Amino acid sequence: MRITTSPRERVAVLAGRAAGALARRAGRGGGTALPGLVSGALAPRLLDHAAAALDHGVVLVSGTNGKTTTTHLLAVIARGSGMGPVSNRSGSNLERGLLSALVAEAGPAGRVDGSSRLGLFEVDEAVLPRLLPRLAPRVVVLLNLFRDQLDRYGEVDSVAEGWRRMLAGPGRPETLVLNADDPSVALLAEEVEDRGGAVIRFGVEAPPAHDAAPSAAVAVDARFCHCGGAIRHGVLLLGHLGAWRCDGCRRRRVAPDLEARSVSLGPDGASFDLAARLPGRPRERARVALSLEGLHSVYNALAAASAAAALGISPLAAAQGLAAAPPAFGRQESFLVDGREVRMLLAKNPTGFTEVVRTVTARTAPGDAVHLLIALNDGVQDGRDTSWIYDADVEALAREAGGGIRAIASGLRAEDMALRLVLAGVTPERVEGDLAAALDAALAGTPPGPPLTVIATYTAMIELREELARRAGREHYWERAPSRPAAERSPGGGGAP
Amino acid sequence: MSAPSPSLRMVVLYPDVMDVYADRGNVIAVADRCRRRGVAVERVDVRLGDPLPEEADLVLIGGGQDREQERVAPELASGGERLRAWRDERVAMLAVCGGYQLFGHGYRTSAGRELPGAGVFDVTTVAPAPGASRHVGDVLAHSDLPGLGPLAGFENHAGRTYLGPGARPFARLERGRGNNGSDGTEGALAAEAIGTYLHGPLLPRHPALADRLLAAALRHRYGPAAPALEPLADPYAREAHRAAERVARERGAPAP
Repeated sequence: MRITTSPRERVAVLAGRAAGALARRAGRGGGTALPGLVSGALAPRLLDHAAAALDHGVVLVSGTNGKTTTTHLLAVIARGSGMGPVSNRSGSNLERGLLSALVAEAGPAGRVDGSSRLGLFEVDEAVLPRLLPRLAPRVVVLLNLFRDQLDRYGEVDSVAEGWRRMLAGPGRPETLVLNADDPSVALLAEEVEDRGGAVIRFGVEAPPAHDAAPSAAVAVDARFCHCGGAIRHGVLLLGHLGAWRCDGCRRRRVAPDLEARSVSLGPDGASFDLAARLPGRPRERARVALSLEGLHSVYNALAAASAAAALGISPLAAAQGLAAAPPAFGRQESFLVDGREVRMLLAKNPTGFTEVVRTVTARTAPGDAVHLLIALNDGVQDGRDTSWIYDADVEALAREAGGGIRAIASGLRAEDMALRLVLAGVTPERVEGDLAAALDAALAGTPPGPPLTVIATYTAMIELREELARRAGREHYWERAPSRPAAERSPGGGGAP
Repeated sequence: MSAPSPSLRMVVLYPDVMDVYADRGNVIAVADRCRRRGVAVERVDVRLGDPLPEEADLVLIGGGQDREQERVAPELASGGERLRAWRDERVAMLAVCGGYQLFGHGYRTSAGRELPGAGVFDVTTVAPAPGASRHVGDVLAHSDLPGLGPLAGFENHAGRTYLGPGARPFARLERGRGNNGSDGTEGALAAEAIGTYLHGPLLPRHPALADRLLAAALRHRYGPAAPALEPLADPYAREAHRAAERVARERGAPAP
């Protein structure tokens, strides 16, 4: 065992753990933030030192959409390869969330045992440049950059610029894993390759134009190249993701090292051929069947397999892990409540919302009605400004759902969600701000058979998930199945990004 | 014999780049109100590099990222003469956030660079001093324009906009920072042109404002014989507005 923490830091760990235990006893959530806050206040370098104790090093996952699911999928793959992931599983992705996950691993003496452990953390995209030099990760995974809640993150360009400067600075990863289909992310490869670092690219093979069913790109968030030229997009697969080239220089999408081909999006999950072409390895190909739906899940799976490759795990082993992976916290989770299936989909920004709508309509059999509960909150973590729902292709509901739509609008800004639906051609059956009451109404109106789909912003998802878990007789979110013996592990989710 | 259905030409400026704060919602609201009244809308999108069309009855522009606004600024400035002529013809215009800034005389960046503007409004915008905060938050404001009621929205901008002697403010703040965080004004008015920092988006929650713009657009098209706008029931807009107004009162910054 490597011990990289000082006695004082071990006291800080124990204090953080005690604070988390108190919070849970007081019913104040799972303590995904508090232990890290307390420990970090007592020992400011604890995160750096505890992370350095991990035998297999650290992987950081960032991007606008897919962080939690990608981290989760990579954890499943890593566990299958004998690495014990230490992970902030439920999306608490600021420093305090990472530290809480590490503190939860400590033994009774306050030591983090890093034997055979892999640090696997999702990190808020704005926070990543500050954490990277401290954690010196082996692998950094950059998923995508979409417009998010602009009152929280600012503009996409400024996040991309922060990442570029980060990669040019100290603490550069051994391997950068990035999305070849997102120009703002793909252009960052130069920062690493020019300095001799390794890059693994992932992407989805563009379908032949005639059978492409692109998502309605209501907003393109990658428009200009470093040279100042305009980015020209080919078939758009998801938001602005797809083939691209600059019309001012020679930059263009580079063929990915791991590519999804023959993608099939079915109601029981997405499947694809994982084609790998990695340096020093034979070409490999495996069919991957996910239990997750939607093209965004294909991207997340590709990102996880690519990060696994950077850790030396073969794509074939990764494919097996992906097939076995259940959904991550609040992302496409299913609950059985009173004999009805309730599916939970998180939507926290325009591209995410558009993809969720696409997933719902694709899943519904022709002629069947879509049963929806859509909950819009405006907490700090959701974005105070609710404007973003107008950038989502909510119109696709009326356009694609031939069998009719039953929708209930809920959340702190239920009225704004209702108005958005009306302007998209869907008159809500009911507007009910209270989440539990809205869930009652939504369940009562859903006939036996078809699922009820819940689409929710972050804080609404947390609350509704608790409600659903309670009704389905499932555990609290912070008590989900541990990856190690329970005695060594406690908090999980809940804290906020 | 029934009259032919009225129509109007809606020009959307740079929807591919000046759309970053969901101002697409304003276009959606206008289209919806026209559809419900049988007013045909001829939509003309002006993209980077395109010349302005010869004619317009209604002009909409939203906000963009800094890099994008730098590209739009010279094009808007070179189209400034036509845009000012439209203003003087009383074409209806709504310019939001970055579009509002570029409809003024210009924008001085923190690096001291001058981005030219179209000069539709007698306003000038300057980037704040380094370290000064963006103005981000809920806004509640009251316009002198009749019949609009309180305006509730969300602002998110760094630039500080100052009114010249020829500009009238669009509204007075009850909550929020508005044009510059110091004089209590929000936005600007010139003939039938409205400039504002309010997102939300603005028009879905403010049908009376949308109708004011539509009535002006139809007057521009048809003159005194313009068809009247029949009233519409807007229960969902009313409730959403009520919610936004409540939120702005609860958590909007006190007006300067």
